[in-house]
Amino acid sequence: MLSYVLRRLIYMIPIVVGVSLVCFVLVHLAPGDPLVSVLPPDASEALKAQMMATYGFDRPYWHQFGLWVGRALQGDLGTSIATSRPVASEVLRAVSNTLLLAAVATAIGFAFGCLFGFVAGYFHDSWIDKAASALAVVGVSVPHYWLGMVLVIVFSVELNLLPPTGAGPDGSGDWAWNWAHMRHLILPAVTMSVIPMGIIARTVRALVADILGQEFVGALRAKGLGDRGVFRHVVKNAAPTALAVMGLQLGYLLGGSILIETVFSWPGTGFLLNAAIFQRDLPLLQGTILVLALFFVFLNLAVDVLQTGLDPRIQRG
Amino acid sequence: MPIVEIKDLRVTFTGGGKPVPAVSGVDLEVERGETLAILGESGSGKSVTLRALMRLNPEGKSRMEGTVRVAGQDVAALGRRELRAFRGRTAAMIFQEPSLALDPVYTLGQQIAEAVMVHDGCSRNEAMARALALFERVRIPSPERRLQAYPHEMSGGMRQRAMIALALSCRPQLLLADEPTTALDATVQIQILVLVRELQREFGLAVIFVTHDIGVAVEVADRIAVMYAGRVVESGPMREVIRRPRHPYTIGLLRSRAHGALAKGARLETIPGAPPDLADLPPGCPFAPRCFLATATCATTAPGPEPVGAGHQARCLRVDATAALLPAVAEG
Ligand SMILES: Nc1ncnc2c1ncn2[C@@H]1O[C@H](COP(=O)(O)OP(=O)(O)OP(=O)(O)O)[C@@H](O)[C@H]1O
Ligand SMILES: [Mg+2]
Repeated sequence: MLSYVLRRLIYMIPIVVGVSLVCFVLVHLAPGDPLVSVLPPDASEALKAQMMATYGFDRPYWHQFGLWVGRALQGDLGTSIATSRPVASEVLRAVSNTLLLAAVATAIGFAFGCLFGFVAGYFHDSWIDKAASALAVVGVSVPHYWLGMVLVIVFSVELNLLPPTGAGPDGSGDWAWNWAHMRHLILPAVTMSVIPMGIIARTVRALVADILGQEFVGALRAKGLGDRGVFRHVVKNAAPTALAVMGLQLGYLLGGSILIETVFSWPGTGFLLNAAIFQRDLPLLQGTILVLALFFVFLNLAVDVLQTGLDPRIQRG
Repeated sequence: MPIVEIKDLRVTFTGGGKPVPAVSGVDLEVERGETLAILGESGSGKSVTLRALMRLNPEGKSRMEGTVRVAGQDVAALGRRELRAFRGRTAAMIFQEPSLALDPVYTLGQQIAEAVMVHDGCSRNEAMARALALFERVRIPSPERRLQAYPHEMSGGMRQRAMIALALSCRPQLLLADEPTTALDATVQIQILVLVRELQREFGLAVIFVTHDIGVAVEVADRIAVMYAGRVVESGPMREVIRRPRHPYTIGLLRSRAHGALAKGARLETIPGAPPDLADLPPGCPFAPRCFLATATCATTAPGPEPVGAGHQARCLRVDATAALLPAVAEG
């Protein structure tokens, strides 16, 4: 198992190099002058050149890339052009906020998805199944930014129960584990949880129906197991796949949250990316994309390792 | 008192469309320590009969009528808890495909220990010790290591041995075997048969052995019951049924068996026609459309069981005609 993990880590080196190269090139291929948003339109050529030199934009691309990677390895992702703050700390805060939102949303989605999926699979083809499946389809197909707005209208505007935007009362974007902050998490997390809930429900339903149709379930009953004993076996058979789907969903949520983060002004990576793109903040954009990409690579690894550890049928070849 | 008493058992599947009477009026008895082989072609209701003994047919989609008594207990009347205690403890089952009948994500040791713990309420260590002893008993090489193995890590023969160990783990009085050797190679098949016979003697088990292979039935059985279209068409002591078959279907089965000494060029006889559609059976004898002895009466009158020898019965209106065939059958 340990050697398997090590081998997977070594395989990742070329991927990581490729990812950082692609993300450097992509950003530099995009048209537009990176300094246009910070300099006044009438700035002198000398000032422009000085700024270019400060941010290193005057050097050849390979040199810029080398510098960037070298610094990135030391945890320095440059300085944001728009806020003049270190990119690393901006990204870190955004990542932690997104992670928080995605994790809570996935947890909610997983819990309810498993519940619905299990019930639907257990009562396969009954009206309970049809109702639960219909709910799952709605969950997958409803546009979540629209759902977010509806929830805001109902719970913030009409009922005035929950705050519609931000991650905390002070608007700083720094998270704290108290009710004042957690209130802000509820609406975006619930909105976001609808997608993984639908997908996990469908997956679990198919899994459970399939497992219950297998001969070994009859054999389990034949040896005297009751519903609870059979349930344990079904869970253990379904767990590897369900967890893998959950991991992938978590991954999607981490990357695909721009819409929801924008609707709720949630200070996460999506929000940050959005800001970086519109302000043409190259260092910030690069740093955010790099961190997100690396995150995905590691998430995939974690899912694979977890699944391999859980399912004895997968050969650790 | 026989350990198994089945009287007029009927199992009807009511899942979709027309009800399917998979078993319609089966009577069977098995004494303690006796092995009964149920013979019959695919779809004749062998598995359904066997499952009815443990009430394993899907309750929502099937209806069970008649009486089924195992070790004095009325199986149909058992409550949920009694049924759980009954399954695995009074009667245990082994299956055709051990690779499908074992949970792929639990080790074999865990699966056996689980049954032992459920029934005897003993600790995991004790249960594992019992599993180890059973693995030794069914002659699985390096048993300690195999207890830690998952089903897919073993060969078919070893898996079936493990399945047998699992079935015997709670010392049942009745072992139900549903074609346990069909999926195995010929040599492994014989080893498993020998093992079952040995264990049957050692534990004093009653065994019901379902097969469609007469050779296997001869190998293991004290008595034989031949099923056709959800009924027992002939039953009796093994030698008697093999030597003096009185139902045309049994005669057909025996004739269609490829003998080792089948003369060169000799034709292998088969029973003409196809098994009937259970949802749409003719009013008379279900075998009549395929029977070489059928008369007009056979198509309209359903035959009852006719005694044709000591403990030997056949459900046929033409038992006199089959009696006349006897020398030919015995030589053939
Ligand atoms: N779960 C079920 N739902 C509906 N019909 C069923 C079900 N199980 C069995 N049947 C029907 O019962 C009939 C008898 O099936 P059974 O499995 O007992 O045959 P069998 O004699 O064991 O045949 P085989 O040699 O192929 O195992 C089949 O024709 C099938 O259509
Ligand atoms: Mg069968």
